[in-house]
Amino acid sequence: MSKDNQILEEFTQSDYKYGFESNIEQESAPKGLNEDTVRFISAKKNEPEWMLEWRLKAYHHWLTLKEPTWHNVSFPQVDYQDIIYYAAPKQKVSPKSLDEVDPELLDTFKRLGISLEEQKRLTGVAVDAVFDSVSVATTFKDKLAKLGIIFCSFSEAVQEHPELVKKHIGSVVPPGDNYYAALNSAVFSDGSFCYIPKGVRCPMELSTYFRINAANSGQFERTLIVAEEGSYVSYLEGCTAPMRDENQLHAAVVELYAAKDAEIKYSTVQNWYPGDKNGKGGIYNFVTKRGICAGDNSKISWTQVETGSAVTWKYPSCILKGDNSIGEFYSVAVTNNHQQADTGTKMIHIGKNTRSRIVSKGVSAGVSQNSYRGLVKVMKRADNARNFSQCDSLLMGDQCGAHTFPYIESDNSSAQIEHEATTSKIGEDQIFYCLQRGIGEEDAVALIVNGYCKEVLNQLPMEFAVEAQKLLALTLEGSVG
Amino acid sequence: MLKINGLHARVEEKEILKGIDLEVKPGEVHAIMGPNGSGKSTLASVLAGREDFEVTDGSVQYMGQDLLEMEPEERAREGIFLAFQYPVEIPGVSTTNFLKTAVNQVRQHKGKDSLDAVAFLKMMKEKMKLVDIDQSLLSRSLNEGFSGGEKKRNEIFQMAMLEPTLAILDETDSGLDIDALRIVGNGVNALRNQDTATIVVTHYPRLLEYIVPDFVHVLYNGRIVKSGSKELALELEEKGYDWIKETVDAAV
Repeated sequence: MSKDNQILEEFTQSDYKYGFESNIEQESAPKGLNEDTVRFISAKKNEPEWMLEWRLKAYHHWLTLKEPTWHNVSFPQVDYQDIIYYAAPKQKVSPKSLDEVDPELLDTFKRLGISLEEQKRLTGVAVDAVFDSVSVATTFKDKLAKLGIIFCSFSEAVQEHPELVKKHIGSVVPPGDNYYAALNSAVFSDGSFCYIPKGVRCPMELSTYFRINAANSGQFERTLIVAEEGSYVSYLEGCTAPMRDENQLHAAVVELYAAKDAEIKYSTVQNWYPGDKNGKGGIYNFVTKRGICAGDNSKISWTQVETGSAVTWKYPSCILKGDNSIGEFYSVAVTNNHQQADTGTKMIHIGKNTRSRIVSKGVSAGVSQNSYRGLVKVMKRADNARNFSQCDSLLMGDQCGAHTFPYIESDNSSAQIEHEATTSKIGEDQIFYCLQRGIGEEDAVALIVNGYCKEVLNQLPMEFAVEAQKLLALTLEGSVG
Repeated sequence: MLKINGLHARVEEKEILKGIDLEVKPGEVHAIMGPNGSGKSTLASVLAGREDFEVTDGSVQYMGQDLLEMEPEERAREGIFLAFQYPVEIPGVSTTNFLKTAVNQVRQHKGKDSLDAVAFLKMMKEKMKLVDIDQSLLSRSLNEGFSGGEKKRNEIFQMAMLEPTLAILDETDSGLDIDALRIVGNGVNALRNQDTATIVVTHYPRLLEYIVPDFVHVLYNGRIVKSGSKELALELEEKGYDWIKETVDAAV
């Protein structure tokens, strides 16, 4: 066996570091999906009538839709009647402070390396931790409240700020947008809500960790971020899930709304369980993320580091409606073993002088398949729209695949659209050069891959960039092509 | 320090080294010269542990250890440094970051503490003077967009940082103008001492005006066919390699 193969072999045998299960009593909805399930969820959350109506409408629409088949991934048919749509940790009263939170639950977070106390103290990050379906603890809420910033769980927002939720929910991703968005709209369990009032610059990174814990429980979170005129917010979402044999469905919806002169920066670090080395288990991640630059001079920037999930189907997009608005998409997608990723973005240029920038870095190892799929669309009115896309693929070994599907549609002749794409393999020369300087093989791979992804990692907030670098090193442990 | 006995090596099916014998002691500088294709760079690569070459016979002892049994990174950590003929580019990784990783892994191997950012920077500043290299170059991606001269100077800078016991310079002079050659030569000389040794692999004798060797060996067709003092280099400068080729070929 050549050394390369040996290393690939070692790599494929590295275990998922976050595979453990919390023993917390669950309160669950019965398996399956029908109108009653939707009513059950809505009732559990004590939702107003309009919210229930909205969910039911989405549910009925979902029934008329079919799962998409155009993506470059394959997986066994999901049985939507075999999923638990609601699971909440049993708790007598909702916690007022961390002291009241179930210690085992807090321990789970600690093992994930996101101790709330620690983060509160050291990083100044406000964390809204979603544990399965209910927000457990929200920190820094008071400090934010003084600035008029609302940062809370989605359920709480429905209760406390119904007018804001009602105005914006489904305005960027309509319930009937696609199969998974419709499903989410019907059964979404919880998520985060964030509102930045006019002229306010959010003084800290807002952060949410999602975690799927209960067996066979799909998680359907919903995030809504509204940035009013002239405001700014940077938001980070990080995800882990314990090890499971059955595939778990994750269908989230994220909606961003940026008014005139507002800026939203949305960063994701996703390392959900990718399945074992034979492709058994793992998360199905079917996510709809979209932002609208509704006002002039607004800006939305997506940054994602995707290392997990068995199947990823995800296209964080920007609708550039306001004149001079800017959309950005920076992505690192790493696939290994039997992972499949079909990810990219859509930049819809509607306003004049709108600009978009796409930087996508794919890293494929094992027998994984990694696809970039992106659409740049320039509408008739979008004079002088500009786009720059760069899609790079890095291959490790000779059994993985990298694909690029760029779609360009332009209805305005003044548009300037540039697309660059490269495919490369990690060079043996590069590895040997590192070895000759005394750098071990794994560190050499990590160094080279981090260098390759640097342009994207640089977009992440500092402390998370460090995390992401470690995660890349961990994911690619022992892999050389 | 280094003892090579009857070393044979091949790449794919082609035998390139056909029995090399060489002994290098601490404090010595050996020049390996020879016409193109004689096996000079192969020898350098085999010593550094490059996998493309298969050692079919012979032995190499380095500091009392069996060098051929050691992994490339182990050889490096034990003090073998190869200045590459064609240094590779690593996009997105600055020379500074790269060297910090390397220096600390070597230190770790020797049971020393890692250098923190301040100590590392201090060390870097000192060594930068040796090869007259600019700090802005070191914060750029490793070798990316560097000129030929900058790449070679960067190699010598890395050598200064890693403080090797045995340095092997593989055609470091190729593509260098006179000024760069002098800078590289001065750098190497500054690093010479009684505990370290240097093997200079070169086609042209002119580098040896700057790095004066104790011994000169002529490699031809996979064997060392002639050894001598620095005067041998001067003779080669005058006469070229043809007379050696003729002598050797006539003897076969």
